[in-house]
Amino acid sequence: MASLVGSRVERKEDKRFLTGKGRYTADINIANQTYAVFVRSPHARAKIKKIDTSKALKASGTVSILTGEEIATDKIGGLIAGWAIRSEDGTEMKVPANPPLAKDNANFVGEPIAVVVAESLDEAKAAAELVKVDYKVLKAVTSTANTMNEEAIHNGIEKNLCYDWLLGDREKVKEAFAKADKIIKVDLINNRLIPNAMEPRACVTDYNTASEEITLYTTSQNPHLSRLVMSAFGGVAPENKLRVIAPDVGGGFGSKINVYNEEIVCSWASKKIERPIKWVAERTESFLTDTHGRDHVTHAELAVTNDGKFLGFKNETIANLGAYARVFGTVTPTYLFGPCATGVYEIPAAYSNVKAVYTNTAPVDAYRGAGRPEATYTIERLVEKAAMELGIDKTEIRMKNFPKQFPFKQTLVHTVDSGDYVAGLEKAKQMSDYDSFAERKKQSEAKGKLRGIGVSSYFEACGIAPSAAVMSLGCGVGLWESAEVRFNPTGQISVFTGAHSHGQSHDTTFAQITADELGVPIENIDVVHGDTDKGTFGMGTYGSRSLTVGGIAIVNACKKIVAKGKRVAAKMLEVSEDEIDFKDGEFVAQKSNKKKTIGEIAFACYVPGQRDEMKSPIPEGDEPGLIETSFFDPANFSFPAGSHICEVEIDPETGEIKIEKYTAVDDFGRIVNPMIVEGQVHGGIAQGIGQALHENTEYDDTGQLVTASYMDYTMPRADNFPEFNLGFTCTHATSNPLGVKGCGEAGAIASPPTVMNAVIDALGGQEITMPATAEKVWEACKSMKKSNSKVA
Amino acid sequence: MTKVTLEVNGKKVSKEVPDHTILSVFLRDHLNLTGTHIGCDTSQCGACVVHVDGKSIKSCTALAVDVNDSKVTTIEGLNKNGKMHPMQEAFKKMHGLQCGFCTPGMVMSAIDLLKNKKNPSDVEIREWLEGNICRCTGYQNIVAAVKEAATKM
Repeated sequence: MASLVGSRVERKEDKRFLTGKGRYTADINIANQTYAVFVRSPHARAKIKKIDTSKALKASGTVSILTGEEIATDKIGGLIAGWAIRSEDGTEMKVPANPPLAKDNANFVGEPIAVVVAESLDEAKAAAELVKVDYKVLKAVTSTANTMNEEAIHNGIEKNLCYDWLLGDREKVKEAFAKADKIIKVDLINNRLIPNAMEPRACVTDYNTASEEITLYTTSQNPHLSRLVMSAFGGVAPENKLRVIAPDVGGGFGSKINVYNEEIVCSWASKKIERPIKWVAERTESFLTDTHGRDHVTHAELAVTNDGKFLGFKNETIANLGAYARVFGTVTPTYLFGPCATGVYEIPAAYSNVKAVYTNTAPVDAYRGAGRPEATYTIERLVEKAAMELGIDKTEIRMKNFPKQFPFKQTLVHTVDSGDYVAGLEKAKQMSDYDSFAERKKQSEAKGKLRGIGVSSYFEACGIAPSAAVMSLGCGVGLWESAEVRFNPTGQISVFTGAHSHGQSHDTTFAQITADELGVPIENIDVVHGDTDKGTFGMGTYGSRSLTVGGIAIVNACKKIVAKGKRVAAKMLEVSEDEIDFKDGEFVAQKSNKKKTIGEIAFACYVPGQRDEMKSPIPEGDEPGLIETSFFDPANFSFPAGSHICEVEIDPETGEIKIEKYTAVDDFGRIVNPMIVEGQVHGGIAQGIGQALHENTEYDDTGQLVTASYMDYTMPRADNFPEFNLGFTCTHATSNPLGVKGCGEAGAIASPPTVMNAVIDALGGQEITMPATAEKVWEACKSMKKSNSKVA
Repeated sequence: MTKVTLEVNGKKVSKEVPDHTILSVFLRDHLNLTGTHIGCDTSQCGACVVHVDGKSIKSCTALAVDVNDSKVTTIEGLNKNGKMHPMQEAFKKMHGLQCGFCTPGMVMSAIDLLKNKKNPSDVEIREWLEGNICRCTGYQNIVAAVKEAATKM
């Protein structure tokens, strides 16, 4: 039987999406349902003096109006920060309370103040307009860089500082810097982004008065985790009385990790009014209240020798958390950032210092790559600048500092199990025709255009799980993943996973690995996820963890199925267990060559008796049935890596940037489905190019979000991209039996510095901030002309 | 309230709806055709593209009553005798979708492109799809799917 792992298997989920049969949360309607509309703060920072709901309550169709007062009375808990980070001085991070409905203070535009529930959506909207909130508007704090000098927005959190964190050794860095020939410095802004999954967040809640169970349909990347948080911290219902279903989910990119105010409020309100409630975000609500990404201000330095060896690295970063610390908010700029800030290089001394601050803006949390794009941007801008200042070729300086041996003990935290960074960069050079760039530059110049080439080599730590590692880093829970493989009596298989697909293709890839493990046709395998009533507990999908953690749990459960199958086959074929081989779905007795298919074994496990046959096929000590569960907690993160090369042409008259060529060479270890991996890389690169050239989140001084619709926030379109040229190298991960590494975030991690390095190269080394819009580039071209004419 | 009469996916439908009901809401909430998605409120994202009298439009840009008496095709109406439309097949073959949310609009829009232009270039495809936002695919495999469909339609 041919192996499916490694094949371009078409997706099992596609037919339903392509024929309009997908079932997203907003598609769900329940008889007798009501509609929720949230009254949101129009101010970035205000005291809530009084809420008058009297008029709204009398409006046509109003069922109920609930405020922070009621939710506090009912002792419903707030939103949580999942990771505890300690400051350099040993003090614990400072976290403000984040009630689901703000009671006393509103801290960002869009923060929910009250919920209006009505018979129809139109009536709910109209009644929400009639809710009068009396605010005392306060001066908003919005700037990432200056926030520590402003008035504290949360009581008791001085300087708006959540923590002042250090990883590494300041003394060693000082010594290394003292030995350097040159110090390369950069000041960087990692622009705030809005994830913009195409499906707006939504929830439908249904309370059953008889069973006292709440069913919550929601747009979540991790329904099991949502249930845990809502039950343990929100106190919405005990876990056994709360069923969370995340059906088809239209993209997440990190923005659907958190449990949000609306899910808690609607679940609680549904119980109060004893009717189902539906809430669907309008796009502007998504812009205002989905967790945002990035938003760092960084100063970083690299100590180098004249021949291009790296001696030391340091970064001083201010990370904007927004108004509140959410699930991955505090870990994203620390342990997901600092350890990767020294990149793919041997750097003997390093430290990463991050001050995380609160501002009157939407909460910032994980967004595709989470911390690792910011880290890669920092080191790869430095390395490129070092090459330029030292007059060394940008690929050569990288090669010079790559580790040549694996495992590679990276400077700050990680031990990278496998990789070949030289091979990746060599391949990228060759595929991008790097060596003949000078000719193409000349051709561009002949047309009056500027041409630049940029390189970035990255590694990242993903497959967010290893409990021992994450617990020591401050995670509140262990992070493993579970799977249950259920053989039905008639031979089909249901695979239950705690991971969740919101575009990642689990229906297909998880079925591929199951088919290979059990030797059954892929058509007979269904992957079940997204429902806390179906399958065991799970941690969900983020941090490129689904395959490297969740997929391995499936493999391990399959191995248990085969082990039991062997015992049963041995008994049925009247040989000992070690005389049975399992291959291609058949248990074969070595000597007699007698066989039982895995389907026959499954049937025998469920129907363990035959007429006129006294003995059962179930061996002594085994139970009937063929269902196995596994919880996989890997020994280490997985460390994909690669090198990307981008070539841009700039029209100095308009500032317009055209990406002429984009080459990506990545090492994801063993690849289960190349077609799907390529799709993940395309999407990641596109999001990274979005950050580099198009997307920006703009708050004005009063904390109003200026970019709160698709007319103001530049989403990348089809005509913004060239065709990406992808290549792969392969070194197997050693921390899991498949040898796989995560691939979901790599594109978004590698591409922003690649593109910016190319743009800055074209601009003769002139620094420019992301997004490199035509206006900024045009200004830079003007000052380039000026300085050129001075030289002449 | 207004009476809206349409032929949707080959079937005649007639409903009394509030005057301000837009076509996307009419299809989703009144006909339960939830394959047409709503991804924004400003007619930017294109997730709601359907065909009205054979031409692709963003169904959030028209009131249901505006298109009274016309023929509407939604993503649910593309199947013929249980077989997917060549554009749907091509999206599957070329992995032109991931989360699936923008997909119905993309497919409906792309079909209209091929009606107008049999063998569009990459640039023409990318320019045509400028009104459809996808956050997952980076558009590369969508372009590949449209080209693949062009060989079959």
